[in-house]
Amino acid sequence: MTTRIADRRPPALLIALNGFLVVWLVIAAFPFLWTFWGSFKVEGDFFSKADWMNAITGPLTTAETGSSFTATGYVGAWVQEEFWRAALNSAIVVVSVVCISLTFGTLGGYALARSSYRYAFWLLLVALVFRAMPPVTLVSGYLLPFFEWNLWGHLPTAIIVLVAINQPFTLWMLTSFFRNIPKDLDESAMVDGCSRFQAFRYVIIPVMWPGVITTGLFSFLLAYNDFAVTAMLLSKENQTMIPKIASFLGTTQTKGNVMFAVSSVVSVTAPLFVLVMFFQRQIVSGLTAGAVKG
Amino acid sequence: MTISIQRLAQTVLLSATALACTVGIANADCGIKSGRVSIVGNEFPAIKTVAANAATCATSAVEVKSNLTADHQKINLAGMSGNPAEYTSAVIATSSIVALLNEGVIRPLDELVAAHGQDIPKNRLVTIDGKVMAVAFMANAQHQVYRKDVLEKVGVQPPKSYEEMLAAAEKIRAAGIMQYPVGGAYAAGWNLGQEFVNMYIGMGGEFFKPGTAEVAVNNDQGVAALEMMKKLTGYMNPDYLTHDSNATSAEWEAGNVALMNMWGSRTGVLVDTEGSKPEVYENTMVGAPMTVGGGAIPATTLWWDGWTVAKNISDADAEATFIAMKRGSGPEILNDATMREAVWMIEGYKPAPINEGVMQTMTMGAKPYPMLPYMGLLHTALGDNIADFLTGKEDAKTTLADIEAAYTAAAREKGFLK
Amino acid sequence: MKHRTFFWFFLPSAAAMFLFIALPIVSVLMQSVFAPHQQVVREVENCSVFGCTKTTTVDLAATAALREAEPLGRFVGGSIYTDRNHLAFSEVAVLASTADGISTFLDGLLNLPFYGALLFTLTYTLVVTPLSILLGFVVALAVNAVPRFLRGPMIFVSLLPMIITPLVGALILFWMVDARGVLGALIQSLAGDPNLSVKASTPLMWAMLMVYGIWSSAPFAFVVYYAGLQTVPQDTLESAMIDGASRWERIRYVIVPHLLPLTTFMALIKIMDNFRVFEPIVSFNASAHAQSLSYFIYSDLGGETRLLSSAAATSVLTILGVVVLLSPVLVRTWKTYGRGAA
Repeated sequence: MTTRIADRRPPALLIALNGFLVVWLVIAAFPFLWTFWGSFKVEGDFFSKADWMNAITGPLTTAETGSSFTATGYVGAWVQEEFWRAALNSAIVVVSVVCISLTFGTLGGYALARSSYRYAFWLLLVALVFRAMPPVTLVSGYLLPFFEWNLWGHLPTAIIVLVAINQPFTLWMLTSFFRNIPKDLDESAMVDGCSRFQAFRYVIIPVMWPGVITTGLFSFLLAYNDFAVTAMLLSKENQTMIPKIASFLGTTQTKGNVMFAVSSVVSVTAPLFVLVMFFQRQIVSGLTAGAVKG
Repeated sequence: MTISIQRLAQTVLLSATALACTVGIANADCGIKSGRVSIVGNEFPAIKTVAANAATCATSAVEVKSNLTADHQKINLAGMSGNPAEYTSAVIATSSIVALLNEGVIRPLDELVAAHGQDIPKNRLVTIDGKVMAVAFMANAQHQVYRKDVLEKVGVQPPKSYEEMLAAAEKIRAAGIMQYPVGGAYAAGWNLGQEFVNMYIGMGGEFFKPGTAEVAVNNDQGVAALEMMKKLTGYMNPDYLTHDSNATSAEWEAGNVALMNMWGSRTGVLVDTEGSKPEVYENTMVGAPMTVGGGAIPATTLWWDGWTVAKNISDADAEATFIAMKRGSGPEILNDATMREAVWMIEGYKPAPINEGVMQTMTMGAKPYPMLPYMGLLHTALGDNIADFLTGKEDAKTTLADIEAAYTAAAREKGFLK
Repeated sequence: MKHRTFFWFFLPSAAAMFLFIALPIVSVLMQSVFAPHQQVVREVENCSVFGCTKTTTVDLAATAALREAEPLGRFVGGSIYTDRNHLAFSEVAVLASTADGISTFLDGLLNLPFYGALLFTLTYTLVVTPLSILLGFVVALAVNAVPRFLRGPMIFVSLLPMIITPLVGALILFWMVDARGVLGALIQSLAGDPNLSVKASTPLMWAMLMVYGIWSSAPFAFVVYYAGLQTVPQDTLESAMIDGASRWERIRYVIVPHLLPLTTFMALIKIMDNFRVFEPIVSFNASAHAQSLSYFIYSDLGGETRLLSSAAATSVLTILGVVVLLSPVLVRTWKTYGRGAA
C-alpha cells in the first residue's frame, strides 16, 4: 500500500528524499564505521593528535605490530580482561529488566487505560514528574541505605532500580497502546463471565505483543546502555558491560586499555544489530497500534 | 622536612643494596587467622598492584575483595558509614582522605602499627594530631617535562622558573618549530583548579586566613597567579580548557609540545616506545618543578597515596585488613613490572630516571597539597570559575571575587562558616 | 474499571515507583532544607613523608552530641535555594539596584552560576527538542519511501546514534572534532580557516553540543514517526486524492494530524531529557563554555567534599523547571484525556 503511494511520488521529490536519506545515513553511521575501522589500529593511530589520516593508514600500528591491522584490542578485552563476564552480567540484567518492566508495565498500563476515573490521569502525571528527577541524585540517595541493609552490589538490586526508574516511560507508552485496543474486546469477555484478570489474560495478552515489543526495545536500550545506576550500585564481580568499558578508560588512561574500550564498543553493537533485524517488523507494527493516540 | 626526605632516600638506597627479591604473585601466609578485607579505591595500575597483592592473603578463613573504580569517591564514604562497614579499607590520597576524616569513618592505626606494623618505616605513616590515620605507599607530584632536542635546537637550558619557560616557548615559536610549545592539564574543573593551586603556592600565597575556613585568595598573589596562567595559555593549544592530563599526554606523544608541567605518575608512558615516534620518546626528559615570581618554593604540590582502615568494623576485621594492606604495599610487591608503575614509597624501590622529577620535587622543598577539611570546596570553586578569566570574559579581580563567593556559599552550607 | 481491580493491577508498578522514586524524592526534599551542623574546626599538626605542617581538622567529638540530637542536620529552610550558588536572591537584588541599564544587569545575572547554566539549558532544550523531532520526521518520511527490503538495514543504521553508548561515543567524537581530528579538519577546510578550533570558542562549543544532541536523539523520533506513518489511514488518503488534494495538502491535512499525538508524547519526553542534559558536557570537557543544572548536581556530588544539600536543592529546582516547561503540553493532554475518558 505504501509502495503504491511511493510509486506515485514525483521524481524530483524522490531524488530529494533519497539524497537526504543518503546524507543522513552517512552522518548516522560515520562515527560507528570510523570506530569499527579504528578498533583494529593501535591507540596512537586511532586517537592521533598528529594527523587524523593516521587512523586510516595506521603508521604506528605497522611500526608496533608489524601489520596494518591488529586484533589486540579484541583479544585484550575478551580474553585478558574477561569481558565475557561483563557480557554475561549484562545479559542477566537486561533480560530481567525487560521482563519485569513489561510485566509491571502491562498490568499498570492496562489499568490506567481502562480506568475512567480522573485519578488515572493524575497517576500518569505524577509518574511523569517522577521521571523528571535527575538519576544522578536518585542513585546517590540509594547508596547509604543500600550499604546499610546489605543490598549494595548485587544484580537484583540494580535490576529493580532500573525497572523502577524506567516505569514512568513504560507506563506512558503502554497506556497509550492499550487505549487503542477497543474496549469492546475485553468488556464483551467480561459480559461472558470472565473476571477482569481473565479478560486481560485471555483477550488482551494475545493482541498486545506488538506494542509490548516496542516498549521492550526501549527498556532494553535503557538497561543495555545504563551507566549511572550500574556503575554506582554493582560490585566488581557483578559489573555489566558499560561500567566495564568505563573501567578500561579509567581515570588515568592506561596505554592499550583505551583500545579495549573501543573494541568492546564495537562488540557491544553486534547483538543490537541482530536484535533490530529480528524485531524490526514488530517494532513497526507495535508502534502502529500503540502510540498513535499518544 | 629534610630529615624525612633523607630517611626516604636512605631506605631507598639501603634496600637497593639489600637483597633484590622479586616475588611473583603467589598465595602467601600473612598470618591472619580470620577476617574480612574489602578494599575500595581509584583504578590505576599501582593501586591494582596493591589490591592484587593484598588479595594474596586470602585463605579459606580470610576473604579479600576489592572494588577499584573511578567513582570511588562517590561510594567510599557511604560504603564505610554503615555498621559494619561494607569496605574495611579505602585507598585514598592527600586530598580525598579529608572527606573520610570529616565524617570520622576511619580509625586511628596506632595500636595496629604497634602490634603488626613495627617494620613499616615511620615516614610512611600519615599522622594527624599525633594519631596515625593512613599508611602511604606512593608519592606523586607535578614537575617539568621537556623535549631535549627542541631546547637544544633553540639553545636554551631547561627552564628553572615559569618566566624562563615563557622565554623558551617564545624562542621555540619564533624558530618556527612549534606554534604551541607549552602543554598543561588546563581542562576546566579539577585540573584547572589544581594548576591555580600550584601557581598560587609558588607565588607564596595562603589560601585561608590562618586557622579558619575564611578564604583569602583575592589578593596580589592570586592576581599574579592568574596572570601567569594566562600568559602560559598564550603558548598552549587553543583547546587547552578541554585538555585533561590524558589529552595533554596525547599532545605530547604526538610531538606537538616541548615543555609542560606534568604528573610524575604519567611520565612513564611518555618515554615508552608505544604511541609516539622515536624522536619524541627518546628526547623526553624530566626536570625539577619550576618556581614562579622569584619565589623559592616550587609552583607545585606533593601528593601521597595511601590506605586507611574503617572505624565501623570488628577489631578482628581491622586487624586482618591492616595485615593484608601492609602486605599489599610491602617490599614483596616490587618487581621489574611493578617498579615503574609509580614512585613507590616502599623499601627496595629504585627510581628510574623518569621518576627523578618527583624525587627532585621533594628535595626542592615543595609543599604538600593542603589537607584542610574545606580545601575540596575551594578547589571546586577554583575549577569552575578560572575559565572565565582565561577566556577573557572577566578581569582577575572579578574572577577571584566570584571564586570567594562560590566557596563561601558552599562552606556555609557545609557548616564551616556561619 | 473498579477501584479495587485498578488497585491490584497497578500495585506492582506503583510499589516500584514508590520505593525507588517517591521515597528518594522525599528524602531529597528533606536534604535540601537540612544542612550539616556547624563544624568545630581545630588546628592540629599533620605529618607525612613530606614533613609536618600545621593544618586544621574537624573536631568530631565536639559535634557528636549535636549530631546525635538532630540526626537530620541543621534546619536551614529555603536558604540553600536562595544562596549564591542557586537562585542568588540577595545578589540579584544588589544587581537590580546597582546595575545601570539592562545589559549590565544581564551580564551580572549570567555571571551567577545558576542563571548562566539556566541560559544554556533552556537554549539547548528549545533548539534540540524541535530540531531532533523534525529531523526524525524527515528521516522517517525518507525511509518510508524506499523499497521494503532496504528498510531493515536502514532502520538499524538510523538507530546507531542512539545505541552507541554515549560514554565512548562522545569520547570518539571529542577526538574527531579536535582541531587535528577528522571532523575538525573538515570544519576548518569548510570555513577556510586553518586555525579554527571548535573546542576553543564558546559559540562553537554550544553549537557542537547541540548538534551532538540532535544527532543522538533524532533516532528516537525517527522510530516513533516511522511506525506512525505505517498506520496513516489509507482510505482517508485515497479519498483525499480522489478529491484532488495535492501532495502538500495530504501531508498537511491527513498525515500531520495523524502524527500529532505522537509528537506530543515525544515532546514531553524530549523536553524532559534535554532539560537534564549533562553527559555531553562531561564527555566533551565543555564545562568551561557550557554548564547545565544537571552538571551542577554532578559536580556537587563528584567533588572531593560532596555538597549533598546543594545537589538536593538543584534537583528540586530541576523538577520544578521541567514541570514549568511541560505545563503547556500537560494542559493539552489533560483536555484530550478528558475527552478520551468520557
